[in-house]
Formats: sequence, C-alpha cells, structure tokens
Amino acid sequence: MNKDWPIWEIFIRSKNGLDHRHAGSLHAADAEMAIQNARDVYTRRQEGVSVWVVESKHITASNPEKSGELFEPAKDKVYRHPTFYNLPDELKHM
Amino acid sequence: MEQKALSDYLMLLGDNPTILGQRLGELCGHGPELETDIAMTNISLDLFGQVRNYFQYAAEVMGNGATEDSVAMLRLEHEYKNALLVEQPNRDFAYVICRQFLFDVYHQLLLKELMSSKNERISAIAHKSIKEVDYHVDFSSTWMKRLGDGTDESNKRLSEAMGFLWRYSMELFEPTETETLIAEMSVGPDLGELKPVYLEKVKEVLNESNIELPEKTTFQYGGKTGRHTEYMGYILAEFQYMQRAYPNMQW
Repeated sequence: MNKDWPIWEIFIRSKNGLDHRHAGSLHAADAEMAIQNARDVYTRRQEGVSVWVVESKHITASNPEKSGELFEPAKDKVYRHPTFYNLPDELKHM
Repeated sequence: MEQKALSDYLMLLGDNPTILGQRLGELCGHGPELETDIAMTNISLDLFGQVRNYFQYAAEVMGNGATEDSVAMLRLEHEYKNALLVEQPNRDFAYVICRQFLFDVYHQLLLKELMSSKNERISAIAHKSIKEVDYHVDFSSTWMKRLGDGTDESNKRLSEAMGFLWRYSMELFEPTETETLIAEMSVGPDLGELKPVYLEKVKEVLNESNIELPEKTTFQYGGKTGRHTEYMGYILAEFQYMQRAYPNMQW
C-alpha cells in the first residue's frame, strides 16, 4: 500500500472575473483535504476568492521533446495575429 | 466591581486560545505532513490573533501600566484560567484533533453568543473571530470523520484519545463566579444553555466518525479556577521564557 498522499495541483482565482491560475501543488488524501490545505498554504495573504483542485495524475502534459513540431510552425505565420486590420478612428482603447 | 468582572472575563476568554495556541505551536515543524503542519500552526496564529484583542482590552480595563504582553506573559500559573482540556499534551495526531474538535465546537457556540453581547467591543471581537473559528470547526470535524471512519488503527487511536479527553469537556460549561456575574450583566452567555447544543453537535460528528463516548466518565474540573494539571508549568516555562529571561524585551 502506498502510504504517501497523492499530489494535487492547485488553481486559484484572485478576483471575480479573472481566470483561475496555477498556484502550485501539495499533498492531500482527498479532494476536500486538498481544498483545506490549499486554503492554508496558498491563500493566507488574501490571494484568492475561489480554489480549484485537481489530482496531478489527471493532468496530461505535452512532451517537451515535441515542442518543435507542436509550437514552432506558428512562428513564421504573423498573419495569424490580428495586426493587419485598419481600425476605424472612432474605436478607442484598442 | 463590574470592571474587575470584565477584566477577569477577558482573561478567561483569552486564556483558552492562548494555551491551545501554544500547544499547536509546538507542532511547528513536527506535523505529520507538511500541509497539516501549516494548517495546525495557522490555526494557532488565528487563536493568538484573537487573544491579542482580548488582552489589549483587558490591559486597558486593568490600567496600572498593564499591557497585552504583561497580561499574556507575566502571570503566575494559578492566575491563568484556561480549561484543563486545552493544556493536554500532543500525545499523537488523534489527541491533537480530538482536543481541537472538543474545543472548536464550544468556541463556535460561545462566539455566536458573544456576537450579541451587550459589551460592544466583545461583540466586535466575536464578529471578527467567528469566521476563523467556523473554519476550525470544519477542519477538526472532517479530520474526526477521516480518522474515525478511516482504518482500524486510526479509529482505535481516535477512540483512545476521546476516551481520555472527554473527561475535560464539561468544564467548559461549568460557570465560574466570573462567568455567572458576566451572564447576569448580559455580557456573556448562560453556559448551561449551550451545553445541550454542544452535546448534540458532538454526538452528530461522533456518529459519522464511528466513535463512541466513554460509558462512564468522571469529569475533571479546575483549570478555570486556576488549578491546573501537571503540564501547565512546563507550558508556561516555555511560553514565558523570553519575557522572564529578558524582561520587557521587544521584537
């Protein structure tokens, strides 16, 4: 039997309207404990209004060795950025 | 007379979280898991934050150059009026959780009553503290269920802890002269009325934890009138060390 608690990834939303961001990871026996631990470890200085926890094993990460084929082809395709539009003068704050 | 009752009461309110906070502080760096270590010391800090509010107020009422530090650090053993429950040692994690749970449920009921205290300052302190204590109750209750309803070993250890600590629970509801006086002044609650609510709440969690209360208990009293168990002197020796060794030290 594995006696170590599983690792959980913690996501915290700092204010209403903002996205949850990855804050770090911690050990916990179950989801409820992960939320309580996250509250104690990551929100002591009023960092959050909402916490998501997910067991690390449920996250599938991209392979760093494949970063070439995954991300580099986008490099020379500047036309994918919306910088080729002429904005009308009336439109402010863009 | 009323001033004396008030300052005595404020010390009574502050002494339980002081000694429990000190016990929890002993776990700093010794918790069973890093995260649990942080959680226990966090609760300790919550408690000391509340204590400061009570002792600052007590020092103002007492006058004569009293400060929150002199109230907290420089009294003699029999002048501390905490219940025997909170001075019991951290025998193992089950004892820590069980002691915490038995105190938290009482603490929550007490603060809910103090929120409507006729004394505005006490009421304000209670309003500020209740959110922290609501969390403490959640924390210790879920751990009670987790240990009690966990493995045979964790259930056995928690049963042992409850079998030992339960004898200290009823002192919380045994009013001292000060508490009786304070209840008559509508500053604090009638503890007798809180007791059945407490028993119900405790039994509810114990049911879910597969833990039974000991059949026959000889309840222990004394801490609230200054008669402590043998552990108290050691707690104070550590707690007061800096102020005794370096009087008036600031940091």
